[in-house]
Amino acid sequence: MQPEIILQADKIGKYFYDPEKFRVLNDISFQVNRGEFVTLVGKSGSGKSTLLYILSTMDTDYDGLLTIQGERITGQQQQRLAALRNEKIGFVFQFHYLLPEFSCLRNVMIPALRLGKYSRKEIEERAYAKLKMLGLEDQALKLSAKLSGGQQQRVAIARALINDPLIIMGDEPTGNLDSKNTGIVFDILKDLAHHDQQTIVAVTHDNDFAQKSDRTIELQDGQVISTRKLY
Amino acid sequence: MAGTHRHNIDSEISITYITTSRKLTAVAALGVTIGIAIYIFMNSMAAGFSRKSDASIFKNVPHIRVYKDDEISTPLSPATHSGSLPLIVNPRVIPESQKIINPDQVLALLKQQPEVVIATPQVGVDVFYNSGRTQIAGVASGVEIAEADKMFSISETIVEGSIQALKNTPNGMLVGVGVASKMSVKTGDNITITSSRNVTKVMKVVGMFKTSNSNTDKTKSYININSARQLKQESPSYVSDIDVNVKDYDHAPAYSQQLSFLTGYKAEDWKAANETLVAAGRMRTIMINFISLSILLVAGFGIYNILNMTINQKINEIAILKAMGFQGRDVVRIFVQQAMLIGGVGIIFGLLCCSTMIFFLSRVYVGGDIGYFPITYEPEMYARGILFGLIVTFFAGYFPARKAANVDPVSIFRK
Ligand SMILES: Nc1ncnc2c1ncn2[C@@H]1O[C@H](COP(=O)(O)OP(=O)(O)OP(=O)(O)O)[C@@H](O)[C@H]1O
Ligand SMILES: [Mg+2]
Repeated sequence: MQPEIILQADKIGKYFYDPEKFRVLNDISFQVNRGEFVTLVGKSGSGKSTLLYILSTMDTDYDGLLTIQGERITGQQQQRLAALRNEKIGFVFQFHYLLPEFSCLRNVMIPALRLGKYSRKEIEERAYAKLKMLGLEDQALKLSAKLSGGQQQRVAIARALINDPLIIMGDEPTGNLDSKNTGIVFDILKDLAHHDQQTIVAVTHDNDFAQKSDRTIELQDGQVISTRKLY
Repeated sequence: MAGTHRHNIDSEISITYITTSRKLTAVAALGVTIGIAIYIFMNSMAAGFSRKSDASIFKNVPHIRVYKDDEISTPLSPATHSGSLPLIVNPRVIPESQKIINPDQVLALLKQQPEVVIATPQVGVDVFYNSGRTQIAGVASGVEIAEADKMFSISETIVEGSIQALKNTPNGMLVGVGVASKMSVKTGDNITITSSRNVTKVMKVVGMFKTSNSNTDKTKSYININSARQLKQESPSYVSDIDVNVKDYDHAPAYSQQLSFLTGYKAEDWKAANETLVAAGRMRTIMINFISLSILLVAGFGIYNILNMTINQKINEIAILKAMGFQGRDVVRIFVQQAMLIGGVGIIFGLLCCSTMIFFLSRVYVGGDIGYFPITYEPEMYARGILFGLIVTFFAGYFPARKAANVDPVSIFRK
């Protein structure tokens, strides 16, 4: 059976003009299949985050062509891109970016309320289930600001998962976690990829984390130097 | 697919932002409360003042005065047929041009108009009040006293005698207190007056009136219209002016044109007759509007500031919301709604606040012929206050919200 291509980058290039014109990304081409757990690695400043923002549809200022699940993303309206992110992409960053005035449960519910696919009651149940999966059922009704760093990061992951996104994108999602929590998060992501056929693209500096993923794409000075580094 | 359920998540977020920063919200709302209260209060006060000053105008001036304008003889009579010469004369007022020729018909016609409330004939006479060797110049106003009373509220100014007494006494006369004291007459005494046509009549003082204008009191008197006709040596149907009151005196200028067209005589409305007063009133209204709107605007800046602050504080949250698929217009809605909720609460308290102020001020007795402080609950000012309040808060929210909507999440996540 042919694997379904979820994410396709075709000759993606980007310039920064400040302080002077320089090419951050140079003809980046690769593809990611459904259910793959891919990590992006490379030295600091090699352009990993820049690439991830383009893949996530938030940065639209680039050359080349981006396709997600067969849909051409390059050149789409902001409005369509926002709707697409809401439905198909979950984000986890190094920092959690939770809304501190909201309880954990409501933080997790926000993207689902925006999407409107389920009733409020269903959303609440689903959010609760995601929190439970991440071992946070006791914290559900606490204000997110009252949690520890590791707990907050897991709430952010639960929020990224609430709409059952096609792709989960992470920029150093375990960057602020200790090794135990990193292990927990890794297992959850791996399970999502292999069990639920969700696609994961995560930037990481953690060699161990990268080694355990399905595939690693390595960047150097804005160029892909390997797309199938299998350990 | 998406969108089968509509959850109002934007409102949920804005309400949460408000309830979690109560102090800031309260301060911003208080600004609006004060702005709205002052706006409505000042404008209601201005409206009360102009109504009072209009009322004092209408003690002497009808809404519309219909009269025959002076006619000037044409200086040049062109040649009527070939051979004759054109005639040049000095232009001058044609005598006998000042009267309304068919007063009964004109009166009947005016009274038929639906917007006309009162139409009453009037004959004004310039007179001298004689007392021994002293003469005081003045004006005797020949009126149908009952109708004139309805129009000018004369009975409110009567300090001695009565309106009824004038009606019952053909040669009766109501004099201003100033005239009475100069002539040292009291009710029941006789007084001799001489008209500009040199007719002298002995009148009987049947009452005295005291207006707020001492100059009027020193010169004016009311007599029956027939006495006035005799003083002017005119026929018993002679009428120099017809005074008209209409339902809505603000529309008097428009009606006066209609009436003029209808009757063929000049109809002058009170605004035209009192241009300076009207202009002064307009100036006052503009000034008060200007000041009170500025105060409202300052209140708007309060909301603007607090929203700007909130947005700067929450820039990370805005970025993640946008990353998670909130559209620019969702972000605008979140913050505009927040502004409108703050503004709404502020407006409600503002209404309560100014209603309280009006309640107490309208019970303050200031004396004179003003009596109680002339302020009432003005529905129009309330409506305008609410409208301007909403507009100001909308924009106070919209500008920062638009800035928030344009936040580029990538630039935030890079920090
Ligand atoms: N807004 C910007 N303007 C100009 N240059 C930028 C901008 N953002 C990033 N860069 C530069 O682009 C290059 C790539 O940055 P990027 O953040 O993608 O690196 P990275 O691989 O994610 O590094 P790290 O591992 O440290 O996060 C760096 O040299 C950086 O200085
Ligand atoms: Mg980076």
